[in-house]
Amino acid sequence: MLKQVEGSRAVAEVVAACRPEVICAYPISPQTHIVEGLSQLVKNGDLLGCEFINVESEFSAMSVAIGASATGARTYTATASQGLLYMVEAVYNASGLGLPIVMTIANRAIGGPINIWNDHSDSMSQRDSGWIQLYAESNQEAVDLHVQAFRIAEEMSLPVMVCMDGFILTHAFEEIDIPTQDEVGAYLPTFRPRQVLDPGDPVSIGAMVGPEAFMEVKYMAHARMIESADHIARAAIDFKEAFGRDSGGLVRSYKIERAQTVVIALGSILGTLKDLIDQMQDEGISIGVVGITSFRPFPVNELRDALKNCKRVIVLEKAFQTGIGGIVTEDVDRSLRGLGVERSTLIAGLGGRPISTQSLRSYLVKAIDSGVEELTFLDLEIDTVESELARERNSR
Amino acid sequence: MTPTPLKFYQIGSFAVGNRLVTADERSNQSDPERTNALTSGHRACQGCGEALGARYALDMAMRATNDQIIAVNATGCLEVFSTPYPESSWRIAWLHSLFGNAPAVASGVAAALRAKGKTDIRVVGQGGDGASVDIGFGALSGMFERNDDVLYICYDNEAYMNTGVQRSGATPPAARTATTQAVGETPGNVFGQGKFLPRIAMAHEIPYVATASISDLRDLEAKVLRAMEFRGARYLHIFVPCPLGWGSASCDTIKIARLATQSGLFPLFEAVNGELITSTPIRKKVQVEEYLKLQGRYAHLFSPTRRDDVIANLQRIADRNIDRYNLMGAE
Amino acid sequence: MERPFAITLGVGSSLANHTGSWRVEHPEYVHRMPPCNAACPAGENIQNWLYIAEDGSYEPAWQELIKENPFPAIMGRVCYHPCENVCNRGELDEAVGINSIERFLGDYAIEHGWRIPGPTSESGFKVLVVGAGPAGLSAAYHLRRSGHAVVIKDATHAPGGMMRYGIPKYRLPREILDAEIDRIAGMGVQFQLNTRVEDVHDEMDSFDAVFLAIGAQLSKRAYIPAGESAKILDAISVLSDVENGTPPSLGRRVVIYGGGNTAMDVARTAKRLGADEAIIVYRRTRDKAPANDVEVTEALEEGILIKWLSTVSNMDGEKLTVEKMELDERGFPQPTGEFEDLEADSLILALGQEVDFSLLGNSADLDVTNGTIAVDRAMMTSHPGIFAGGDMVFADRTVTTSIGHGKKAARNIDAWLRGSDFKSSEEKVPVTIDELNTWYYTDAPHVISEKLEAARRVQDFSEIVKGLDESTALYEARRCMSCGNCFECDNCFGVCPDNAIKRLGPGLGYEIDLDYCKGCGICVSECPASALQMFPDA
Repeated sequence: MLKQVEGSRAVAEVVAACRPEVICAYPISPQTHIVEGLSQLVKNGDLLGCEFINVESEFSAMSVAIGASATGARTYTATASQGLLYMVEAVYNASGLGLPIVMTIANRAIGGPINIWNDHSDSMSQRDSGWIQLYAESNQEAVDLHVQAFRIAEEMSLPVMVCMDGFILTHAFEEIDIPTQDEVGAYLPTFRPRQVLDPGDPVSIGAMVGPEAFMEVKYMAHARMIESADHIARAAIDFKEAFGRDSGGLVRSYKIERAQTVVIALGSILGTLKDLIDQMQDEGISIGVVGITSFRPFPVNELRDALKNCKRVIVLEKAFQTGIGGIVTEDVDRSLRGLGVERSTLIAGLGGRPISTQSLRSYLVKAIDSGVEELTFLDLEIDTVESELARERNSR
Repeated sequence: MTPTPLKFYQIGSFAVGNRLVTADERSNQSDPERTNALTSGHRACQGCGEALGARYALDMAMRATNDQIIAVNATGCLEVFSTPYPESSWRIAWLHSLFGNAPAVASGVAAALRAKGKTDIRVVGQGGDGASVDIGFGALSGMFERNDDVLYICYDNEAYMNTGVQRSGATPPAARTATTQAVGETPGNVFGQGKFLPRIAMAHEIPYVATASISDLRDLEAKVLRAMEFRGARYLHIFVPCPLGWGSASCDTIKIARLATQSGLFPLFEAVNGELITSTPIRKKVQVEEYLKLQGRYAHLFSPTRRDDVIANLQRIADRNIDRYNLMGAE
Repeated sequence: MERPFAITLGVGSSLANHTGSWRVEHPEYVHRMPPCNAACPAGENIQNWLYIAEDGSYEPAWQELIKENPFPAIMGRVCYHPCENVCNRGELDEAVGINSIERFLGDYAIEHGWRIPGPTSESGFKVLVVGAGPAGLSAAYHLRRSGHAVVIKDATHAPGGMMRYGIPKYRLPREILDAEIDRIAGMGVQFQLNTRVEDVHDEMDSFDAVFLAIGAQLSKRAYIPAGESAKILDAISVLSDVENGTPPSLGRRVVIYGGGNTAMDVARTAKRLGADEAIIVYRRTRDKAPANDVEVTEALEEGILIKWLSTVSNMDGEKLTVEKMELDERGFPQPTGEFEDLEADSLILALGQEVDFSLLGNSADLDVTNGTIAVDRAMMTSHPGIFAGGDMVFADRTVTTSIGHGKKAARNIDAWLRGSDFKSSEEKVPVTIDELNTWYYTDAPHVISEKLEAARRVQDFSEIVKGLDESTALYEARRCMSCGNCFECDNCFGVCPDNAIKRLGPGLGYEIDLDYCKGCGICVSECPASALQMFPDA
């Protein structure tokens, strides 16, 4: 159903359409409008058979989700930034126990200094948590990814994070096609948990596993994650069939045929990039875009396939590894291995810094014309940085 | 001359059971068909109070619910000794997640059951004192204030035993732990610190709060049974001596627990909706010294020099409890 | 349900882990000596018959009791119950009223006409018992149970010995005495009354063994200067005459000289014969008096006066002179030279009894020393085949001791006849209160408590206050703490942190599951009865 709504509200409505049984949340900007919407839907009786639990921390939010999911309930929560970090211990535990929880990350920077605006450092910090991570390019995709996320999670017994850019998406009003409960019902099968807490058939879940089996358990998680790639791809194909839209999947290419330069990015910046690429192509510049929807599992082969004919790759990231550089970059390099493709990384938009088309364009033109350094921070106030660093060095 | 009141052993007994009384007058533990929620082969130390407390409580919870329970366990001794791969000692549906989140996980289980309309299945959360009074305190408080339908049981052995006997917020004054050593001018844990979680639970005005001890099985079982009659958040704090951490003989576990209640150091009571309603009277009053002297963690109070001052301070704590909870049963 | 590898485990799978291998010591159920049993002169297994009686199984309890002592109804009245003096329960509140339960069981058996069947097979041996007192009757009973033909000869016209001629009716109603003796006769023991054995040697041709138990019937005399008119009698004759229906006339004021049980009995008898005043004169103090404390208390309660630290120095007509004594530093009474006169119509001497050894004949083959006949550990005299017991041998002169002698002699005679050795069970150290875990005792319901209190204090003389009834006997029995013996309280079963104790079912006790027992010892600590002990693993 087409609606002119805020992204958060649309996510709330689509989550409701997925018929979760337990929703728990602790408020944190910019996730708040999502859970507010859900709490209203539950309270209003629009979501029968669902419990909405207001917890006292994100740690408890994920913990409640663990308990609910282990009891066989379709379970949902949402968080961002510090909230995600506060629940980290439980985040790892949820995946370790194989609980198909779906969690929206309204992507936001991590403090300090405290900053409420968008970047990807929160979800990127959970790169190795054993969760599937899907990044939405638009609010429409965010909505669609939630429907797919429940299916993938429950098929794989793995938890899924649906990452959408805070404020840029969560607080944007636009026309969104929100699947109805009936439509979702046709696509998303009833949850049949792999294991469940049941007094009638009791098991002990969460054993202490020593050196004799720990490696095997971890290897299986790795293998399961890799196997989930096929399910993610399948979910997108089936979704298109059901809803008529391209949403989700592993990677999505835009005008890369014969492109010598390809920009790789995740999330809402892809929209800006696509507009820019349209312009540049009109100007005769050979450039295209590849969006990564599934960051975990990382689509190494699919990406390699997309990039095998280009000369230059630029990875645009909204997070980075302090002291070394890009995070996604490392995985992209894996895809490029042996292809002889030049690769540079552009860190942009940290803490909500606007990514202007003009700056982007300058960078890309420079990269194509004269080359850029391996790592660039877009629009960095270099004078300020240099003088402050010098002052620090002098006082050290 | 007024005749000495006669006492019986073999009826109305405090013992586990007795051939002479009817089945319903016996404790649940005397039942040869008892469920043994925590069964043999677990790796608890010899004379473990926590293993005993857990079986006492969960067997009773099973009986009260016709075996329809799910337990959520915090990390700690109870978790580690019961479920090292590949063997589990539990005979109930059981989940371990983390150290500090058992109350919240239990809330999640309860929420799922409510969502599914399976409210005949009841939820028990459990953990040691570290998991309950310290690291999981926030989650527990949250579970309390939301009045989630969970019975949370804290097995209190007064320190972090699983990690090697370090101080917790439930470690009593003067007790030696690996992080409150018996050195310096005030050896052992300092006075004026620590918290008594049952009173904090009462402040949440949840339906039911009680303390129990493995030394008084009948009392413990009655409290579990009572707890299961309520819906909403309930808290049971069970005193479980730890031979390893307390430096006591494995055979003295119950004896020490008994001396704790009989000295007044560990009061037994029940509270409904935040109001104290009953306390279990002391039957054979003892001085705290009787309790202290069986435990290596208090050895520094007796040698090389006897610390009457410290013993007196501990006695004051016991006396205050006796007063506060009316443990001598005064009218 | 699918179980994910390693993180999810099957329930109860730890049973594969046999933690018994951690153990260095293990508990075992033991049978230890309860203090009551250890103190019982008749060797009754008191704890065990109480245990049986606890659930109302009175006939089995009685059967267990009479394995050792055929006279529970008599015992329940005349035994000074040393068992109760040592009962560990006394350290807690008050001793278990063993004696009153015994009396209940004895009376219950009489009331219900329970008999003791004769032996199932005859041994072919013939044993003579001389004297139908407690020792002789007890021996006859046990010998008959063992299959021997038994003849009892007694010089008096009715069996019972001192139970009949020494203990007044008010303490032991004769129908009770007769009933329990009749039961022995019913087993096939032959009584030959009014038959005095002149010389035991003459009997040896007719019998394979002899048990001598004629008691001590001769009253000791003391020289008391007395005028012609002074009426001086001996206690045994007085009691015997009363029993035979020819009570002597004692007058209004009677003085009894002596501090033993007989003195108390005769004083109380004098009261019953109509004396206004009965005064006991004894040269030492109450705590040094040989009389049982219960008897002294009862005598005092009955209004009998006792002059401690006094001797009778002479009697002239109705005037009796008494000299006050004082104890020296060694505790012996010494005269003070202070005198007092008492009015007395008669003086009864109760200064002890001696054995009449005339039946030993002139043969020197039977050793007599210090007024008693010498016996070995098997109760046999220096003459093979002749055994002796009761007041004839050196021991406490009580009914219960004599009954114990009879049993012991019977078992040794049986062994001797069959050419084997009787081995009494090895001496065990009685369980003390410190070894019990008394936490587990709870208060009795008040109603029952009062009822028991009254019943236990059977102090009347004509049996006005009845003993325990069927329900109260049960409760009194349940006060037994079962020292040193399991009574199935389930504590061990309940307190094991490893579920390593199996309950085998009612009456069958428990078993330690050594596969899982870690040897913590909590079961031992928490056993109320000290019926479990730790032993090192091999």
